[in-house]
Amino acid sequence: MSQYLLSVHYVDGVGATPEAEMQEAYEATGRFNDELQAEGAWVFAGGLHTPDTATVVDATGAETITTDGPFSEAKEQIGGFWVVEAPDLDAALALAARGSAACRAKVEVRPFHDGPEDAGLDA
Amino acid sequence: MPVSPTADDIARVFRDESGRCIATLVRVLGDIDLAEDAVQEAFVVAARTWPVAGLPPNPGAWITTTARNRAIDRFRRESSRERRETEATAMTAPDEPLDVGPLPDDQLRLIFTCCHPALSSEAHIALTLRLIAGLQTPEIAAAFLVPEATMAQRIVRAKKKIKATNLPYRVPDAAELPARLRSVLAVLYLIFTEGHRASTSDVLVREDLCTEAIRLSRLLCDLMPEEPEAVGLLALMLLTDARRATRVGDDGVLIPLPDQDRARWDRDEIAEGHDLVRRCLRRNQPGAYQVQAAIAAVHTDAPTADRTDWVQVLALYDQLVPFAPTPVVQLNRAVAVAEVRGPEEALQEVELLDLDGYVPYHATRADLLRRVGRTAEAADAYDRAISLATADPERRYLAGRRAALG
Repeated sequence: MSQYLLSVHYVDGVGATPEAEMQEAYEATGRFNDELQAEGAWVFAGGLHTPDTATVVDATGAETITTDGPFSEAKEQIGGFWVVEAPDLDAALALAARGSAACRAKVEVRPFHDGPEDAGLDA
Repeated sequence: MPVSPTADDIARVFRDESGRCIATLVRVLGDIDLAEDAVQEAFVVAARTWPVAGLPPNPGAWITTTARNRAIDRFRRESSRERRETEATAMTAPDEPLDVGPLPDDQLRLIFTCCHPALSSEAHIALTLRLIAGLQTPEIAAAFLVPEATMAQRIVRAKKKIKATNLPYRVPDAAELPARLRSVLAVLYLIFTEGHRASTSDVLVREDLCTEAIRLSRLLCDLMPEEPEAVGLLALMLLTDARRATRVGDDGVLIPLPDQDRARWDRDEIAEGHDLVRRCLRRNQPGAYQVQAAIAAVHTDAPTADRTDWVQVLALYDQLVPFAPTPVVQLNRAVAVAEVRGPEEALQEVELLDLDGYVPYHATRADLLRRVGRTAEAADAYDRAISLATADPERRYLAGRRAALG
């Protein structure tokens, strides 16, 4: 089993979705969350407030610097995410397809490191 | 007394067997890098021992077994790492047969991994040529005219993604198979067209790509004999490749289909291609590759260019359009329209196409304009085609046509 981050991406400020459609997407996402739990694929999930509520903290230097706003000024932002458990990438991609259809947004699939052996320091 | 194999013999075994060996080892070891290293090592041992001991009766099985044993030795050598020790123990567990005979699906699984939609199209080609066709990275880099370091980087990145994402080695299930197979066929055809296109330029080494693409398609047909489009693709490649030697003259100028020396077409490839097309027709599950193969079959069937059955060619293009509704297919169809219904009607259809950056579009348009007597416009169209052409034989051919307008 591997764990994957399924992050929901949306383009900031592109045509506000009608209220009714938003409601449908929320409900479909709720149903998908229930299915994930029933299928045993669920690890964690959450929706995020808009990027303008974000704060960046940088403690890499001597002094901790706190700044307002998202880290990335890109138009594409993360609106929410799932952490799922799946036997392989194909299974994770299939979950992502269902999640994308439910929340009506593009979903990016990224694997988590397995453990200390796969700490990603070889990059 | 066994005959001692030469270095060339061993290189040939590598070409023939390494793909199958790597696929089996990927299944046994669960890791592409380990499998490749082990197979590479086994060939180093072969290069040392075969010239003395002679070629083993089944070189592929010898390589696979040696590679597996080497991989286990390596795990043991690195036994300071406890986890690896456990793995090595697991691999030599008595309940696992020591025999590493290939399963027919080993290579098929690996083909679908190499052509997985989560990987880039460039990675599909590089991985397929390296892991399935058994080409070395420098050969692949040379064939695609990119620096060796770039190609190596591309392969490393793709393999890293396969490992990190736990990308599976499996043949897709029935629901996914049609889309996934289409992507595999597209990769093989891309390898072929890259080689075919190159055969009109001066980079001769790239003709190897046609040979490799045909070998890979043959393998896919063996592995999936029930897939008519796989058979169609192999037929299309054979019937295109059969004309390879006649596509450029001794003077280095491109020779178009009607002017090619048909006596020099490869009869064996044509016979096999026709046979495969007939098999597809009997099965009657047409698809884009099968119909294109059928068109190529009609062309290669004509003893001379003017005896081409253009009515049949046009009917086949009408069948192809729904499968591949692209402007390039429409352009090729227009060539058949010109032969059946005249250049006026063909020209009208060509004028509707949005293919401004495509050399054959301007070349075809130029020829049609010439045939309807609009010479000045034909000259302009040839000029546009010449300015876009990158391959020297093609440019010289077009310049010749332009000059012949008078």
